[in-house]
Amino acid sequence: MEDAIMYTEDVRKQFGDVVALDGLDLVVPSHTVYGLLGPKGAGKSTIMRILATLTRPSSGRAVVAGFDVARDPADVRQVIGLAGQDASLDDELTGRENLLIFGRLSRLGARGARRRADELLERFGIAHAGNRLVGTYSHGMRRRIHLIAGLLRAPAVLLLDEPTTGLDAHSRVEIWESVRQLVDDGTTVLLATQYLEEVERLASAVGVIDQGQLIAEGSPAQLKAQLGRHVDVVVESMDHLPSAMARLERLTGRCPETDGSRIVVSAVERMPTLPLIVSELDASGAVIRNVGIREPGLDDVFLTLTGRNIKPAEPVETPGAVW
Amino acid sequence: MVNLLADGWTLTQRRLFRLRHKPGTLLTMLMMPSAFVVLFGFVFGTAIRVPGTSDYRAFMMPGLFAMTTGTALTTTMVEVATDQARGVMERLRSLPTHRVSVPLGQSGAEGILGAYGLAVLMVCGLAVGWRPHNGVLPTLFGIGLLLLFRYTLAWVGAYLGLVVRSARTAAGLTPLTLPLTMVSNALVPTDRMPVWLRTICEWNPLSSMATATRKLFGNPGAPGPDAGWPLTHPVAASLLWAGLLLLIFVPLSARRFARAGL
Repeated sequence: MEDAIMYTEDVRKQFGDVVALDGLDLVVPSHTVYGLLGPKGAGKSTIMRILATLTRPSSGRAVVAGFDVARDPADVRQVIGLAGQDASLDDELTGRENLLIFGRLSRLGARGARRRADELLERFGIAHAGNRLVGTYSHGMRRRIHLIAGLLRAPAVLLLDEPTTGLDAHSRVEIWESVRQLVDDGTTVLLATQYLEEVERLASAVGVIDQGQLIAEGSPAQLKAQLGRHVDVVVESMDHLPSAMARLERLTGRCPETDGSRIVVSAVERMPTLPLIVSELDASGAVIRNVGIREPGLDDVFLTLTGRNIKPAEPVETPGAVW
Repeated sequence: MVNLLADGWTLTQRRLFRLRHKPGTLLTMLMMPSAFVVLFGFVFGTAIRVPGTSDYRAFMMPGLFAMTTGTALTTTMVEVATDQARGVMERLRSLPTHRVSVPLGQSGAEGILGAYGLAVLMVCGLAVGWRPHNGVLPTLFGIGLLLLFRYTLAWVGAYLGLVVRSARTAAGLTPLTLPLTMVSNALVPTDRMPVWLRTICEWNPLSSMATATRKLFGNPGAPGPDAGWPLTHPVAASLLWAGLLLLIFVPLSARRFARAGL
């Protein structure tokens, strides 16, 4: 684990009867964005809170930049920045005042805090709003102040807990842009999110977390490769459908599915070329409106791994519930 | 140590920064004391007999000074609970800040705002005929004692705020403190109370505080020789109360802050 800036070993966390983390092993390499992907309630925020020294693991070990979060929390706090949903701002102060206070508490000194806050407000494009009360901010502006608050000390590790949840597409892209810049500057980012697109855009490594455990890990591309690719055919009519499906099966070695107007062959490992697929379909006599080879999304990964869809907006059903 | 004081001061300023955006708060802080002076000095006061003096308002003002220190407890409790509910506390706990600095900052701000509140109340008192009679030093000592007491109660409030955690609960508890401050000799002499109640009143820290203030300001209402120890030695008792409460609640709040959420 020499190039790992942060790792956890068999971390468990229990709140009463509820097991939030159930033996989580996580290794986060330096200078990367590591995406922690999982639905609501999977344990993402809990591990973030543990790494930020806000709560302690019930058992197991978590180490940040060589410091154990339970034994040396004060040292951990020196190297992390937290931009989470939990850690909030004072609505009755301006954005800049919030930052000045956090900066001074981070030992930047009064002048250092002022310089750093102004620099970051400028860089994140909200210098104009710095002197307005946080209570009047839009979601996107708040998130950016959160992000800046996590960056005041130029932390070695930034813990980024759902930075774009509830944001519009435009603000989301802007936050992503800022996060990319950070990694260029040498920060390691642990990004917890329920958005597949977010890890695909930002992360070089992804851990999929479900019910307090890491259930898969790899680069977004590796995870996708586990699934193969999809052939996606839209037919004009149902004529010759069985024949088309039989030919596709012979070609790909996988069993196609159809809803009558569409044929999907999932998880194809050795994908034939598109012209070959088209000529086979043509030979079947079916009239084809559209043929495509599709990369699986990370939602496919999650569906394959857990048998469940990720539903970002809703709480996760408890196991055994009727649905 | 230097870090601790610097962090505490930063957090004290946080409260003061807020006043900058809501200067109206300073005006509301004017209304309460003046309402108290009118209510107790003129509405109830005309019906209250204090042995040994006909000047009820001279008796009452030190009582009000002592009584209003109780607001330090409630405002700090609400402030701390609000911070916690909002998640500001989480942010502060993730910073390399000294653990004690948050309650230290809150109590510091309360001390400063308390000095302003006391000044307002004193001006009200002067307007209705109250005067300190013992010269500069005892008067300053009295003021210092009141501020110390207020500061102490802020620590108690900080602890309670960390315990209740919800701003609404904290706000709900606030009115309960008024009767607690009134079960004392702040506004009425205790000598005609039933013995059990009188004992409770005499051991209420606010009674020592009110009696000490009366003594230091040279105002009427000194308790008789049969009164309990806290009233016959009010200054010592007030200092002891403050020391005892700080001894209990400073470590308790610090521990609670460091451990919150663990």
